[in-house]
Amino acid sequence: MAAKKKIGPLDIYALLPKTNCGKCEPGVCMAFAARLAERTISLEECPPLWEKGQEANLKKLQEMLKPPVREVKIGDIKVGGQLVVRRHEYRYFNPAPLALTLEDTLPEVDLLKRIKKVEEYGYSYIGKTLRLDMLAPRYVSGDPSKFEATVRKASLTKFPLVLWCTDPGVMEKAVSLVKDRRPLLYAATKENWKEMGELALKYQCPLALYSPFDLKTLKSMAKTMMNWGLQDLLLDPGAGFGEMLKETVNCFTVLRNTAIRGEDPEVGFPLIASVARVWEDGGRKPEELAWEETALATILMVRYADLIILKSEEIWTWLPLIILRENIYTDPRKPVSVEPGMRAIGEVNENSPVMVTSNFALTYFTVASDIENSKVPSYLIVVDTGGLSVESSIAGRKMTAQTIADAIKASNVKEKVKHRKVILPGMAARYKGELEELLGFEWEVMIGPRDSSGIPKFLAEHWK
Amino acid sequence: MTKGSPLDEILRLLGEVHELELEKVDLTLEELRLVLRPLMTVVPPPVKEAVPAKPLSLLEAEFSPFVQEYPGSIAEVTLGATSADGGTRRKVVKIGGETAPPWHFLEGKFPNPPAIAGDVFDMPVPLPGPVRAVLGDAIEDPIKWAKLAVEKFGADLVDIELVSSDPYSKNTPIEESCKLVENILQAVDVPLIVGGSGNPEKDAKLLPKIAEVCEGERVLLSSANLDMWEPVAKAAKQYGHVVLAWTSIDMAQAKELNRRLYEYLPKEQIVIDPTSAPLGYGIEYAFSIMERIRLAALMGDAELQCPMGSATANAWGAREAWLHNPEMGPREYRGPMWETAMALAMLMAGNDLYITLHPAAIRTMKDVIKWLMGEKGEPTFMSWIGVK
Repeated sequence: MAAKKKIGPLDIYALLPKTNCGKCEPGVCMAFAARLAERTISLEECPPLWEKGQEANLKKLQEMLKPPVREVKIGDIKVGGQLVVRRHEYRYFNPAPLALTLEDTLPEVDLLKRIKKVEEYGYSYIGKTLRLDMLAPRYVSGDPSKFEATVRKASLTKFPLVLWCTDPGVMEKAVSLVKDRRPLLYAATKENWKEMGELALKYQCPLALYSPFDLKTLKSMAKTMMNWGLQDLLLDPGAGFGEMLKETVNCFTVLRNTAIRGEDPEVGFPLIASVARVWEDGGRKPEELAWEETALATILMVRYADLIILKSEEIWTWLPLIILRENIYTDPRKPVSVEPGMRAIGEVNENSPVMVTSNFALTYFTVASDIENSKVPSYLIVVDTGGLSVESSIAGRKMTAQTIADAIKASNVKEKVKHRKVILPGMAARYKGELEELLGFEWEVMIGPRDSSGIPKFLAEHWK
Repeated sequence: MTKGSPLDEILRLLGEVHELELEKVDLTLEELRLVLRPLMTVVPPPVKEAVPAKPLSLLEAEFSPFVQEYPGSIAEVTLGATSADGGTRRKVVKIGGETAPPWHFLEGKFPNPPAIAGDVFDMPVPLPGPVRAVLGDAIEDPIKWAKLAVEKFGADLVDIELVSSDPYSKNTPIEESCKLVENILQAVDVPLIVGGSGNPEKDAKLLPKIAEVCEGERVLLSSANLDMWEPVAKAAKQYGHVVLAWTSIDMAQAKELNRRLYEYLPKEQIVIDPTSAPLGYGIEYAFSIMERIRLAALMGDAELQCPMGSATANAWGAREAWLHNPEMGPREYRGPMWETAMALAMLMAGNDLYITLHPAAIRTMKDVIKWLMGEKGEPTFMSWIGVK
């Protein structure tokens, strides 16, 4: 019952062409094998492997590298592909896409506004722009022409599509409009599975199976579909807040554990958290439902959801989710800290400001990016705080007047700048007197903002 | 290949067939060199992807969930004491006691609901707008703030943080800090967490004195750490309190600190705080260290078999929680949700005790915990979201 044995580069190398042809990015087969083992490259990137004569090796490699949770493509976005239950065991792959519903009852002007909002939304976070990922036209009107019109509008964007409709006739019309987009058919149920299965086969689209809080039926549907020749499946075990929360958490937990640690291929598919269903609880205030939807999405984001379908278009609900996703899907092998020492941010000169921060990686990158935003090239002295943030390292006595003084002396910044002013993080304000004393009263210690987002304003006001 | 070898024999036989299908055969070879006879052509079987017939009914499958047994379990820690045990609290708060990973309902027991403490400071500190909006003038008065946290916000405990005791701050005298804690014990009837300022020299004197004046009340002393643990551990032992064991996102350190504390205290008097970095600002480290600590404990590592605590109010350290920026959505919703989302992630990682600021976070956590414990009930967070 142990987790799947980790595949080593040598196991993989044995099955590669071993020609070092240079057609892949790493260039040589051994490096390509290493990248495959750490799952940072895919088999598609080795062209010779797909040539005639390599079928047997390719098949073996595909089998060897097959994750216990299948990787499925919706549009051009991969979902699932998980190797482990918990991120520290290796890492999570394919950050769970966030899809926003487009109810076909929306008046056209509201629909277009909603689509535009998703298209334009982006949040800058440590050098990346975080966004929503998919659109999910949803059939609720009972009028097939309205669903069709909504799908057409959604198809004008670049987003991959989730077609939310359980009426096979209506679904067929919609999927025929966007069949080259590889939309997700959402969803097959206990009632419509034959017709939905046929559509998925006919249009070669991924198919979601929906069986709320009934895992036996969910697995039976998966087994039936697999036998029928369908591979690209996703599972929706139901999602509910309130008194359904316990069963929701239970379903996600046992499905993922059974797929990976129980090695049950019939539930080895990506999981859908359709938290938009929270809104079916009518008669409540929208902000309350948005709150509950976000809370539920948070729980399922860290409890194995591979795709999340949202209804709220409030940005305050999107932001915690896109950031939590970014955090949780980070490779845990990424170091917590950066090298202590002095860095130059931008084209520094002898008049550039000198600032101090901790060597917690996130602190460093955040401060560095805020300094860049200020457009004032600066020296940044990174104190060895054992990888703790400024606040924690002050509480834990890793950042003290003494450690800051030592870092300033070791940096040799005296040789780099003409002035004698050093800017401390606002949270380290208490060290001003002691630090000036330790530096022999040669330096004036200035107190910067408590949060580095205030650096541009601070420099504009205090650094002339 | 030598004549008459088994492989040769196979190839001879192969000459008479066009197709060969090997089933359930593993070939383990250092190097395989197939020398094919000139006249023999190996024709791959024609790819006939027969479309399986449309099934008439669902193929019944039994779903048997993967279930693991865990040899270890988490100690049960009691905070506060009623008159029956020499204290004055209306009721105690019990945390811990789990026998399986967080919310693996089929694998073990979760006898105690995780508990939520309201964070209270002994002097006005810089607080984000959405928190100030719900506190009003209670920010100026820790007694009023503590009552608000219990009576209105619904906190299970109060965490009084004696930040003004820091010599680099107001350097409030120890007697004055003790007096405040006694007054809070009078003002509220829930168990207390008492936090020092983090200054190791001052805390080493302050926390033992707090332990003395709170004798019988079984408070959680916050905190012991690798720079300062002995005075706190001794005082907790002498006066019957519980210790928060704080380390910085490092499992080896958490074990080391507990080894030292175990010389004075049983597991039932320790809560592990492995540091809670905010959402957007390192939560992934906090999340994974909690998952690892809990799993190691359940697998039998006695040095980690204590409940865990999290200063979830740290969420407000992330600018996304408090920045006044319309492009990020209204902060009177965004901020409390930030703290709530961080707490919910910690809840799924196995955390047992939360120190929180905003009532929307406290209420949502209490709602979610109630439902996870299998209890019925309506949500209670509603009046606390969107407060300007």
